[in-house]
Amino acid sequence: MNAPTAGFIGKAVLRREDHRFLTGNGQYTDDIVHQGQTYAVFVRSPHAHAKLLKVDTEAARAAAGVVGVFTGEDFVNVGGLPCGWLITSVDGTPMKEPKHPLLAHGKVRHVGDQVAVVIAETLAQAKAAASLVDVDYEVLPAYVDPAAEAGSVPVHDEAPDNLCYTWALGDKAAIDATFASAAHVTKLEYRNNRLIPNAIEPRAANAIYNRSDDSYTLHVANQNPHVERLLMAAFVLGIPEHKLRVVAPDVGGGFGSKIFLYAEETVLVWASKQVNRPIKWTAERSEAFLTDAHGRDHVTVAEMAADQNGKFLAMRVHTRANLGAYLSTFASSVPTILYATLLAGQYTTPQIFCEVKGVFTNTAPVDAYRGAGRPEATYVVERLVETVAKEMGIDPAEIRRRNFIRSFPYATPVGLTYDTGDYEVHLARALEKADVAGFAARKQASADRGLLRGLGYSCYIEACGLAPSNIAGALGARAGLFEAGEVRVHPTGKVTVYTGSHSHGQGHETTFAQVVADRLGIPMEDVDIVHGDTGKVLFGMGTYGSRSLSVGGTAIVKAVDKVIAKGKKIAAHLLEAADGDIEFEGGNFKVAGTDKSLPFAQIALTAYVPHNYPLDKLEPGLNENAFYDPTNFTYPSGSYICEVEVDPDTGVVKVDRFTAVDDFGNVVNPMIVEGQVHGGLAQGIGQALLEHGVYDHDSGQLLSGSYMDYAMPRADDLPHFEVETVKGTPCTHNPLGVKGCGEAGAIGSPAALINALCDALWSLGVKDLDMPASPHNVWKAIQHAKA
Amino acid sequence: MSISITVHLNGKTVSAQVQASTSLVEFLREHQRLTGTHVGCDTAQCGACTVLVDGKAMKSCNMLAVQADGLSITTIEGLAAADGSLHPMQSAFRDCHGLQCGFCTPGMVMSALDLVTHHDHSSEQKIREHLEGNLCRCTGYQNIVRAVQQGAQAMAQSA
Repeated sequence: MNAPTAGFIGKAVLRREDHRFLTGNGQYTDDIVHQGQTYAVFVRSPHAHAKLLKVDTEAARAAAGVVGVFTGEDFVNVGGLPCGWLITSVDGTPMKEPKHPLLAHGKVRHVGDQVAVVIAETLAQAKAAASLVDVDYEVLPAYVDPAAEAGSVPVHDEAPDNLCYTWALGDKAAIDATFASAAHVTKLEYRNNRLIPNAIEPRAANAIYNRSDDSYTLHVANQNPHVERLLMAAFVLGIPEHKLRVVAPDVGGGFGSKIFLYAEETVLVWASKQVNRPIKWTAERSEAFLTDAHGRDHVTVAEMAADQNGKFLAMRVHTRANLGAYLSTFASSVPTILYATLLAGQYTTPQIFCEVKGVFTNTAPVDAYRGAGRPEATYVVERLVETVAKEMGIDPAEIRRRNFIRSFPYATPVGLTYDTGDYEVHLARALEKADVAGFAARKQASADRGLLRGLGYSCYIEACGLAPSNIAGALGARAGLFEAGEVRVHPTGKVTVYTGSHSHGQGHETTFAQVVADRLGIPMEDVDIVHGDTGKVLFGMGTYGSRSLSVGGTAIVKAVDKVIAKGKKIAAHLLEAADGDIEFEGGNFKVAGTDKSLPFAQIALTAYVPHNYPLDKLEPGLNENAFYDPTNFTYPSGSYICEVEVDPDTGVVKVDRFTAVDDFGNVVNPMIVEGQVHGGLAQGIGQALLEHGVYDHDSGQLLSGSYMDYAMPRADDLPHFEVETVKGTPCTHNPLGVKGCGEAGAIGSPAALINALCDALWSLGVKDLDMPASPHNVWKAIQHAKA
Repeated sequence: MSISITVHLNGKTVSAQVQASTSLVEFLREHQRLTGTHVGCDTAQCGACTVLVDGKAMKSCNMLAVQADGLSITTIEGLAAADGSLHPMQSAFRDCHGLQCGFCTPGMVMSALDLVTHHDHSSEQKIREHLEGNLCRCTGYQNIVRAVQQGAQAMAQSA
C-alpha cells in the first residue's frame, strides 16, 4: 500500500473507508442533528385499500411541541412522484401513470400509505401527536396477488383492470409454430417470490431550509443524490435545482431500495420551508417493511422448445409482474426492459417471446432490488434449461455446452449484443472446483444417512451499466445513463477526484483511488475520492445496476486522461520539446528517446504558478472533468453450482456446497470483488431458501412485516462459499476492461439452489417448487408428489 | 420525570439526567452523541445497537438507560487506543474485509468481542451460531467469520 508508484490495479488493497466505520466515526443520515432540529412522524394507513373520509388534525396541531401538521390537502397542487421509464403497451398506448401523491388524497392504496405528517420539537412529541390525527376510512376490498383475478374495486380509476401495461417482445406467431413442431417442450409455472430489501440502515432524511437565500439542503440515505435532486426539484416541488443541495453521506446499504425518490424526503423538503426549521425523519424497521420499494414478485409461465438433441429452439414466457400500488421511480422498466432482454442467457436460443403484464395491487411499490429483472430472467432461463436436461436425460452441463454462444460479438434475439465472453472457461472451472466428479459418492453417503442430495447449476449472464442513453431513451427511459467525474489536481500534485457514483458499501473510495493512482503513477495516499454531494460533485447518475466502475470509473479515467494530455503540453513547454514527443509513464512526463523528464507534481505546480508557461496557448490550472456515456452494456457471466442435502421427513434443506466462478473482465480490487459476490450470494440464497414478503389475500396486511416474520439470512443459515474469478474476457468497450460485479451473486444463485433441490427430489417426483424452499414448502412438495 | 444516572462509559465516568423511558441506545446516540452505535430495527433482532455492558454483549435498544446506572458501558468508540490505533478485533475486520456499508459493523464487532471473551469460538459453525443475533445484509457473513477467527487469535497473542 505504501508503494510510491503505479501497479495498484489488481491488488487487494485494504479499504480506506474502514477506519471510520470501525471506530464509530461513520456519518449516516440519522447521525446528523442540526441546530433547532425538529422530528417528523408519518401517519400511515392501517388499511390496504380505503377511501379517506376524514383526516382531522386539530388535536394533533394543539399537542405539546408540535410545529406543523400536513395532509394530502396541502399537496393537491404539488406534483406526484414521477416514474422514470415510459413503457408502451403492445397496442401502442402508453402505460397508465396514475398520480403518486406525496400524502394520500381521497384514497389510500396500501398498508403504510402515508396520510399525514406531524412535525414536533422531539420525536416523542411527534409520535404522541401523530396518534391524535383522527382519520376515518371506508375500507375497500384489497387486491394483492397478481395471479388472482382483478379486484372488484380497481387500485386506480385510470386502470380499471389494474393493468399498467401489457408489453411484449418477439414474434409470437413464429414462436408458437416452432413450439407446435418441437421434439420436446418443457413448461414451468411458478412465482418468483416477493423480497423486501432490508438494508440494515433504514431510510432516513434531514431537510433544512435557508430563508436568507431561499435554498434547501437535504441529507438523505440515497444511492444517487443528483437524480434525487433532479426528480424532486424539477418534477415534483418546482424548486430551482441550484437551490436544492442533496447530500447522501455514509449510506448503510442500498441494494436498489435507496435509488428511488420517496414521498417522505420530498415532504420534508417542502415542509422545511413551511415551518422554517430543519426536519428529520428516520424510518423504523416496521415502516421500512411497509414502505421501502420491494423486489421481484412475478407470476410466470415459461416454456422451452428443444430438438431431439437438446438444442434450444424457442422460449415462450408470460409474466404478470406486481408493480404495487404506485409506480416507483424505475418500477416499469424492471420487469420489461431489464427482464425480457436477458432471456437468451448464455445460449443461442434463436426465438424468444416474452409478454409482461404490469399489475397494480394494494401492496407497497415494487422496483429494482439487487439484480432488478435479471435475477428473474436468469431464474426463467436456468430453471428451464435444467428441467429440459433432466426430462431429456441429458447431463445438465452437457446441455449447456451444446447451446453456449461461442462467437462474439453476438446479437441475441432479445435486443442485446454481447461484446465478449467465454462461458466454457468458467463452467469447466466450476465443475472442477465443486468436485462434481465426486458428487455420486457424496450422494450415496447422504443416502446412507436417509438424506437426499442434489446438484444444481446456474450459468447466468447479466447486463450491467445500462446504456447508451440514446437507445435507452428510444426504449422509454426518461433519464440519461452516463456518469460524470472530475479530477482536481492541486498545486502540490495531490489529487481530489469527484465522482457521480455513490458508495454505500462498495468501497469506491478505495477502488477508484487505485484506478487514479495507477493511471497517474502517484501514491494512493495522494488521491482522495469525493462522492455523494450535489454541492461538490458536478453531476452524476449514481450507483445501481453494477455500473459504478464500468461507467463512473470510466468517466474518471477520461478526466485523468485529459489531465495527462494537458500535462504533456505543459511538459513540452518546460522541456522545450514538441507536444507529440512527450510520453507519460510512471508518474513522469518524458521526452521520448531522451532522459529528459519531469515528475507529475512539478507539472501540477507549474500549472498553478504559471511563470514559465505557455499562457498564450494554455489556461493555467490542472482540473478536468468528463462525462462518459457507454456504447453498450457490459456482460459479466458465470457458472454457479450448488449442492444441497434434504431431509425428506422434515423438508429441511442444508446448502452443503456453493461454488461460484465468475468472469467480471478485469478486476481492480479482488478482495472487494469477492466481498460483492459473497453479499450477492447471501441475498440470492436468501431468496431461494428463506425470504418471502407475504400479504394477506383478504385484508392486504403485510404478514412478514418485521424481522420476527421475514426470514433474513443469518450467519448460520449460509454455507461457506467457494468463490473464484477467472482470468476472464475483458469488456471490449471501456478502457478499464471491467464489467461489474455487484449483482452477479444475487442473479445467479437462486436457480442453482432450486435446481439442486429439484435434483435431490427428482426421484420422488418433485419437478418444481416455489421459492422460498422453506421446510414447510419442501415438505408439502414431497407430500404432494407422493399423493 | 428525570432520573439521575452515573455510568462508566468508555473508561470515563459520566453522570446524566434521563427520562425513565429513555433507552440505552437513545442515551448513547442522542445524549452522549456517540453515534457509532446504530439502530437497525424495532424488535431487538438486528444487533446493530450491540454494546458491551460490564463486558457482555447487550442490545442497547433493549435496555433502559436507568438500568445502566452504575454499570460499565463500552461502545465502538471506546475500542481503539488513544493514539487511534485499532483494537485487534477492529483490525481483523479491516484485514478480512469483514465490513462493507459499515452500518452493522459496530454491533458486529461488539458481539465478536463477547464471543471470543466468553464463549466457545473454536469452529466456524460455533462462530456462525453466536453471530445469529447480528444481521448483516452486505457481506454474506463469510468474511466476518474470518475476521472473528483472526481477531480472536490476535487477542490471544496480545493477552
